[in-house]
Amino acid sequence: MENSAITSVSGHAIVLRGNDIDTDRIIPARFLKTVTFDGLDANVFFDDRAAMRRDGGVHPFDAPASIGATMLIVNKNFGCGSSREHAPQALYRRGFRAVVGESFADIFFSNSLMIGLACVSLGADDIESLMKIVEGNPALVVAVNLESGVATAGGKSWPIQLPPHARHALISGQWDGAGLLLQNYADVEAVDAKLPYSF
Amino acid sequence: MAQTLFEKVWNQHAVRQLPTGQTQLYIGLHLIHEVTSPQAFDMLRARGWTVRAPHRTFATVDHIVPTASVARPFQDAMAEQMTAALEKSCLEHKIPLFDLSSGRQGIVHVIGPELGLTQPGMTIACGDSHTSTHGAFGALAFGIGTSQVRDVLASQCLAMTPLKVRRISVSGNLAAGVYAKDIILTIIQRLGVEGGVGFAYEYAGDTIERLTMDERMTICNMSIEGGARIGYVNPDETTADYLAGRLFAPIGANFVAAKKRWAALASDPGARYDDEVSFRAEEIAPTVTWGTNPGQSIGVGDRLPAGADPDSLAFMGFRAGQPIAGTKVDVAFIGSCTNGRLSDLREAARVIAGRKVAPNVRAMVVPGSQAVRKAAEKEGLHEIFQAAGFDWRGAGCSMCLAMNPDRLNGSEVCASSSNRNFKGRQGSPTGRTLLMSPAMVAAAAIEGAVVDVRKILTLEGR
Repeated sequence: MENSAITSVSGHAIVLRGNDIDTDRIIPARFLKTVTFDGLDANVFFDDRAAMRRDGGVHPFDAPASIGATMLIVNKNFGCGSSREHAPQALYRRGFRAVVGESFADIFFSNSLMIGLACVSLGADDIESLMKIVEGNPALVVAVNLESGVATAGGKSWPIQLPPHARHALISGQWDGAGLLLQNYADVEAVDAKLPYSF
Repeated sequence: MAQTLFEKVWNQHAVRQLPTGQTQLYIGLHLIHEVTSPQAFDMLRARGWTVRAPHRTFATVDHIVPTASVARPFQDAMAEQMTAALEKSCLEHKIPLFDLSSGRQGIVHVIGPELGLTQPGMTIACGDSHTSTHGAFGALAFGIGTSQVRDVLASQCLAMTPLKVRRISVSGNLAAGVYAKDIILTIIQRLGVEGGVGFAYEYAGDTIERLTMDERMTICNMSIEGGARIGYVNPDETTADYLAGRLFAPIGANFVAAKKRWAALASDPGARYDDEVSFRAEEIAPTVTWGTNPGQSIGVGDRLPAGADPDSLAFMGFRAGQPIAGTKVDVAFIGSCTNGRLSDLREAARVIAGRKVAPNVRAMVVPGSQAVRKAAEKEGLHEIFQAAGFDWRGAGCSMCLAMNPDRLNGSEVCASSSNRNFKGRQGSPTGRTLLMSPAMVAAAAIEGAVVDVRKILTLEGR
């Protein structure tokens, strides 16, 4: 994953309805038995998809329209639960570059930012209209402009919410900030030296 | 100016403001385990970086370890590979590893406090969402992802945004048979699984002040289930008493000085909170989850709510309005970072003593650490459990997330002292989890169904 500026993301989208979709559902724990993140994409939402097939339905991730999708549209508190980065990694490796939702769990949001997967929020009503538009025409291009703070699809547009640090990190290409933390390391050592720790 | 503990500890560890506007926060204690660290070490190697502060980094194996036979190599080749990868990385970077042969291995959130590594005023990070457990000591402790594990390994720092602080006050006396688990399940039920997003939870009030450290850990542990990445309790005498004499705790004059410093970290009277909510202990009942997230719970004597989420009901095979008591259980699991400590096993054993696990119920106890297991055996608790028909296992995360061979089969219903009732959480995609206190799990194991523990034995209130 190259560390480059991400100013806008666009492509066709999958709608995944439901609140509180946890990271155990995004990638069940048995798929965490690996020492790499490679191949996680094949098992994304594995159990949900199998359950849907068993019931004779088609999970949005198995619909023909899902092939090549780069945008994922979700509801509230997406990514709650476990801190496993495997969840955003699986989505990223599956091709997603943005998740557009009502809200996100804290750890999922920061894990996603670390790998350049943009999580942006829209109001509940706006998400509902975006979902309906995409469900009506799955081939439609959904675009999110992080600089202007606007999401567009099918001739409509909505304001996005994105915390200032995430916006800055993405559009400046500093979302993988490990290098920043190593700069002027004497400052870090000074903080460490003052801590009254017993070890 | 009056400050919260959050502000004091945050400011003490803040290095600078980053260009993104976030704070570069120094991490005083980094705990790692076999599941979320291998990729982080690979990223480190790929960039030619090394581990900056091995003396602030401690490792153990917990998520994937078998609890029946721990003979190496493990039967599960992948478990063996992940464990070997951690061993290699720890050796290479001189990181202390509490492995299966150490006598100190266990769930990372059980051994940190047990060894005295977890102390008030620290910043603590670990690639596991239940790192909030350590907040029970008045530390700022939170879960991180693998890229952040890499950052801490490389720089001992993280880029973080300060959280708002919500003071959650619990006052009054808990009824008999009501435990810390019931308090936190009730808090999450009321505030919601998303209610804590963007917040640190400060647990306060006379009920919390009277809790033991084990009980405070149970409450802080599940903060993340309410959406709060951090939960903490202000340090006091109970905190210091717990730490006295532990392996990594200060000793002698240093302990006396530390104790004074710890007390000063507590939130000041008049500190400003972003939100405050309060609960009455008397109103909290033994609590059981009925759905597929930890916020979907009711008192054991109650019926499922009329407006219960249809998707959760369908998954669980329940209907709105039905009582939770009487629900048949197939499996009883006592353990996890939420409720796998010695006091949890004692409470469960009180219920079990002289009784038998119901026919057709598969019951197991998985101590949170090797030290917990040893202490429990010294008290003879293992004999009580075994005589009743429980399996007595080695330490680990086990059936909380089923990354080892311990798991549900098919659509089994599990009475579990763990922290998550998500779909598929306990290893079977259709398995069903009912979260409750260890005493309630013990009662369910005996009855073969969900039952009010107070009907099994007379318990004293506090």
